[in-house]
Amino acid sequence: MNEGNGVTLAKAVEAKKFSGTPGQIRQQRIERVGAIVFSALFAVWMLVNLFAAPEQFAQVAISGLRNGLIYALIALGYTLVYGIIELINFAHGDLFMLSAIFSSFFITYWMGAEESNSYGWFAFGLCLIAVMVFGAVVNVLIERLAYRRLRHAPRLAPLITAVGMSFLLNFVGLKWNGSTPRQWPTVIPSGDINIGDVRISMITIWLFLVGFPLLLALNYLVTNTKQGKAMRATSQDRDASTLMGINVNKTIAFTFALGGAMAGAAGLLYQQSIGTTSYNLGFQLGLIAFTSAVLGGIGNLWGAVVGGLLIGLIQGLNDGLPYAFGQAWSQSVVFTILIIILVFKPAGLLGKAVTEKV
Amino acid sequence: MAKASVANNVTRSNRKWIIGYSITGFILFITYQFLIPWEGLPLGIYDAVYRWMPPTAINESLVYVIMALGLNIVVGYAGLLDLGYVAFWAIGGYTAGWFMSEFFYFLNINFFGSVPAEAPGIHINFWMVLIIGGFICALFGVLIGAPTLRLKSDYLALVTLGFGEIIPQVFFNGENFFGFNISNGTKGIVGVDSIPVGVKDLGPFDFGWKLLIFLLLAAVMVFVSLRLRKGRLGRAWLAIREDELAASMMGVPLMRTKLAAYAVGAFAGGLGGVAFATHVNGVYAERFNFTISIFLLAMVVLGGMGNVWGVILGAFILSWVNGNGLSAFGQLYNEQFGTEVDFASFTFLLFGLVLILMMLFKREGLLPESRLKLMLHEGELDDEDASASKKKVGK
Repeated sequence: MNEGNGVTLAKAVEAKKFSGTPGQIRQQRIERVGAIVFSALFAVWMLVNLFAAPEQFAQVAISGLRNGLIYALIALGYTLVYGIIELINFAHGDLFMLSAIFSSFFITYWMGAEESNSYGWFAFGLCLIAVMVFGAVVNVLIERLAYRRLRHAPRLAPLITAVGMSFLLNFVGLKWNGSTPRQWPTVIPSGDINIGDVRISMITIWLFLVGFPLLLALNYLVTNTKQGKAMRATSQDRDASTLMGINVNKTIAFTFALGGAMAGAAGLLYQQSIGTTSYNLGFQLGLIAFTSAVLGGIGNLWGAVVGGLLIGLIQGLNDGLPYAFGQAWSQSVVFTILIIILVFKPAGLLGKAVTEKV
Repeated sequence: MAKASVANNVTRSNRKWIIGYSITGFILFITYQFLIPWEGLPLGIYDAVYRWMPPTAINESLVYVIMALGLNIVVGYAGLLDLGYVAFWAIGGYTAGWFMSEFFYFLNINFFGSVPAEAPGIHINFWMVLIIGGFICALFGVLIGAPTLRLKSDYLALVTLGFGEIIPQVFFNGENFFGFNISNGTKGIVGVDSIPVGVKDLGPFDFGWKLLIFLLLAAVMVFVSLRLRKGRLGRAWLAIREDELAASMMGVPLMRTKLAAYAVGAFAGGLGGVAFATHVNGVYAERFNFTISIFLLAMVVLGGMGNVWGVILGAFILSWVNGNGLSAFGQLYNEQFGTEVDFASFTFLLFGLVLILMMLFKREGLLPESRLKLMLHEGELDDEDASASKKKVGK
């Protein structure tokens, strides 16, 4: 049995001809083996659970995908920023946290909307715009005050600054939200829809109705507009794009604004679907979102979306299924995925491997 | 340019520091062991010392010094950003918990331990546990490093961060780790053996004598750091830090050198972990979180990456501020002005600002290392005289 497996594995690995230098061939072989082994394990795990508890499977998969959408929105900010200045913006998760707190204050205190009626929807819509502006402004400010000055410094410097920024935003969140988690009323209707035995909450549906258009709009912005073209040009070659008349500083600021707006929207959706905010929310969710960005292939927009949904799904399945590690190990599972991806396929699922030029 | 003086600085390192270090250490020891408990001491001074710099705070600072020196080898010398250093602290701590307490109550192993022979659990001599803890951590450093060290610098930072989250979580959920209890979970391991020093066993409250032991451990780390830096390995680390590609072209074996940095850094983490376990007389899982990793990184950055004395200064300042200074100041401030400001909550602000402001304005730290200073400002030189020597265009 084992031997048979080994032979098939070897065949599958050698199925496609490798090309490149010996080092690249070795890397490709490692990637191929890793991909086959891990996807096989993953498939077996899913199937076992699917047969053990089908309804539960569908249930947790849906709630996992709901979280995945929020991860995807945050991951877009990471991926945009990394794509253009190759910086892991550690503060991004905390920007999301601040946005969540902002939306709670906006809807509950400043607008006074506490239940789901037409006024509640009005507040929600207004808050969506406000929180996106808020996220964009904060992110651009961070870029302007800290990262821009370090653009030519060694890579360690902006990375450490980003960690410092994350702490700073954490402090703001701590002072704003208080040190304990806070419960908020939500304005999204809370009913359920039953399809067979599977229950889908209205919140999930509304989340997708709000989130997906945002993703499509972002994709349109990046692929079809002049500003998006400038972004792509800047991420390819900053000096050449300067020569072509692109204002690099403005383009980078615009990228940060886009990422910040997405984090803002994610903050609102999170706050409305979960209903609680706490000051240390950003670190965990930020890391998970970054893992999603890496999983999908950092720098690749759809990669971030796919990665986010996939991570959300895996986390949901792990937390809720009978044959899984359970919620206590949720983070370890996500980080193990991160490490495995980075070791076996640093370019991610949808990314292309780039050889380093000297 | 200033190249000649730089080269001078690298080779000029001697052992004069031992004298200064011993004198400082001796003064500290005398103060805390004899002067503070002395009954003739004016009450004002006693109160001031206990408010601003109690014995526990100084011992804790020394533990942080040990670990910051270890992190300095990874970040300051080899230039590999490690955001999960707390993992080594946790492993070191639990090594002490396993081998120096009654945790494995069903066993009865006593190897020069400081408890009676019939006591349950594994009781190995403190000095041996130090070495065991160091080596276990070094092993983990190599295990973590081996598959990940070929990654680019920022990916490496993430992988270390991942391990820094996973390993504490393993201990946190360790009450039932595949059916075994490896850590007592959230309850932690309470009661670690005292430190045998021949004539006396040092329990949790012998602050003065333990200060001496921590000073000794820190001195070992200083010595190791300075000697390694001067030697072949240290020079290879610096070469990798400055330009990995050039270093590999000159024949520096990248993987082996980086792994060595990881192993030595992790060893120090193990020493610190064991020392800390004896300091607080227990091991508690919730202490090991991401903040500690950043805290240690901030010490290294504040003091000056790569400079041993800078790192010691940074570790002392920040651990004092975090452990005692801020709350003592807050107490004083609130008493003076009758306010109710919660100063402990300002640590986030403080550490964030330290990291950002240091990186923006004084990247080389308080006590800069001259070589690193040149390197960190290389980009700015490029900007200033772009026509003269612009070698790296763009990113």
